[in-house]
Amino acid sequence: MELDSLYQDIILDHYKHPQNKKLATSYDAQVHHINPSCGDEITLNLTLKDGLVDCITWDGVGCSISQASVSILSDLLKGKTISQAQIIQDEFLHLMQSKGSKDGSAELLEDAVALAGVSKYPARIKCALLGWMAYKDAVVQAQSK
Amino acid sequence: MSLDALTIRKDFPIFDRTVRDGKRLVYLDSGATSQKPLSVIDAESNFYRFHNAAVHRGAHQLAEEATDAFENAREIVAKFIGAKSDEIVFTKSATESLNLIAYAIGNANPGNRFHLTPSDGIVVTEMEHHANLIPWQQLSQRTGAKLSWFEVTPEGRLDLSNMASVITENTKVVALTHQSNVLGTINPLDAIVKRAHEVGAVVVLDACQSVPHTSLNVKDLGVDFLAFSGHKTVGPTGVGIFWGKSELLLELPPFLTGGSMIENVTMTSATWAPAPKKFEAGVPNMAQAVGLGAALKYLSEIGMGSISQHEKMLTSSLLTQLAQISEVKVIGPKDMVDRGATVSFTVGEIHPHDLGQYLDSLGIAVRTGHHCAWPLTRKLGVPATTRASMYLYNTQEDIDLLVTGVKGAMKYFGSK
Repeated sequence: MELDSLYQDIILDHYKHPQNKKLATSYDAQVHHINPSCGDEITLNLTLKDGLVDCITWDGVGCSISQASVSILSDLLKGKTISQAQIIQDEFLHLMQSKGSKDGSAELLEDAVALAGVSKYPARIKCALLGWMAYKDAVVQAQSK
Repeated sequence: MSLDALTIRKDFPIFDRTVRDGKRLVYLDSGATSQKPLSVIDAESNFYRFHNAAVHRGAHQLAEEATDAFENAREIVAKFIGAKSDEIVFTKSATESLNLIAYAIGNANPGNRFHLTPSDGIVVTEMEHHANLIPWQQLSQRTGAKLSWFEVTPEGRLDLSNMASVITENTKVVALTHQSNVLGTINPLDAIVKRAHEVGAVVVLDACQSVPHTSLNVKDLGVDFLAFSGHKTVGPTGVGIFWGKSELLLELPPFLTGGSMIENVTMTSATWAPAPKKFEAGVPNMAQAVGLGAALKYLSEIGMGSISQHEKMLTSSLLTQLAQISEVKVIGPKDMVDRGATVSFTVGEIHPHDLGQYLDSLGIAVRTGHHCAWPLTRKLGVPATTRASMYLYNTQEDIDLLVTGVKGAMKYFGSK
């Protein structure tokens, strides 16, 4: 079924068992992002340490795609340097904009390649990007501290 | 008289196509926009093909024909809602109509009955579409007039128990929806209109979700201004209606100014043409207005009574079937009392976007999200819902497929 390319097991696993979904009490930056067309919301706390992404925690409400995507991100970027994280972000953005023509680098994206199917559904791309845009915003804020 | 939806579907070319790999289109999103019959598509394109010219300008034959077609559409609209022709203003959308009223009121100078000061009040409700909330929030901010509102009960009805303290002696405007675009609730107007008029306030009715579905007469409703959109009434996009009582349109200042809305112009001043022209600056959306005329003619020939009755049958069936699924929670009235053919619901822990995506894979089009009524969904404690909205071309099979689809989604998302 075509729908299975969108709802891969990894996505539904992350949706049902979200990672790092508990806001840390201390952080370098806290951002709150909303998808105004659908009402999905994410709060994301970011801590940087010695040029590394030390900790990403989050809370939110939304569809399986938006929630799984931020859950995957919070695992994937932890421990990466900020520049490595940037490369991963760029790769993910390219994948989302590919209209189903790319698989994405599994080496870079790991679990996040499961979101490749989203790129065939234009209305859902912003769901998948919600957490990534929140992270992008948080890095800028944390670095300017 | 009962209505044969299968025959009606043949009037709508879009039902000849399939979606998502050959599936029959089950269109349950008419609350967002309705599909169009061939007669409307033809009326709009024939205007361009045979009669196109700027209305109310020029003395050539095409200008005459275009003006006739445009003014004929105005008469059809007037008749459809029991109004006078010169009370019907064409806008580009219901959103523009509501903004027109709010901005026109904001333009009123001291001495004009619409002039607002910080000691005045504007009343709305918690179940408004953003289009009938934000213009009033903005007007409140510009004038200092206090914004207050009727709350919504957990059952999805307006709480009118505090009527006298919400609509006060200072209230100048009461703006509310006739039928909620999220809950399907039809609001009781009589008591609200009575109280508003007691204190000298005008009542603005957002009739976007009622005009397409029910026989309605502005005189019976008793309201002062009304707005609805063409595209939800099987008409084209790009045309909306603003109706107002003649004596109020006389005093209401214009919103947009420019060509064709004037009586006389000098380098430093201008005076206004009488309504409706006073509110129709610029060359209007002529082909769309003509298309709307064709749409209302189409609906009238079928009969609004038959359409209402058909929708009631479908809504009742949907509510009955959804009530049998324990995971389904209907948001809004669960019975058929004072409700229209819009049903919002949640299904267990399945997020509405995921449910909508699953239904889409079966060819079923529903709306998901907060439906441009964010304060309402927040109040009711649901960040988003799935909404099915029915119209004359929907069949019992559409409803049954939706219910089967909901059960399928529960299995799909539950078992994985």
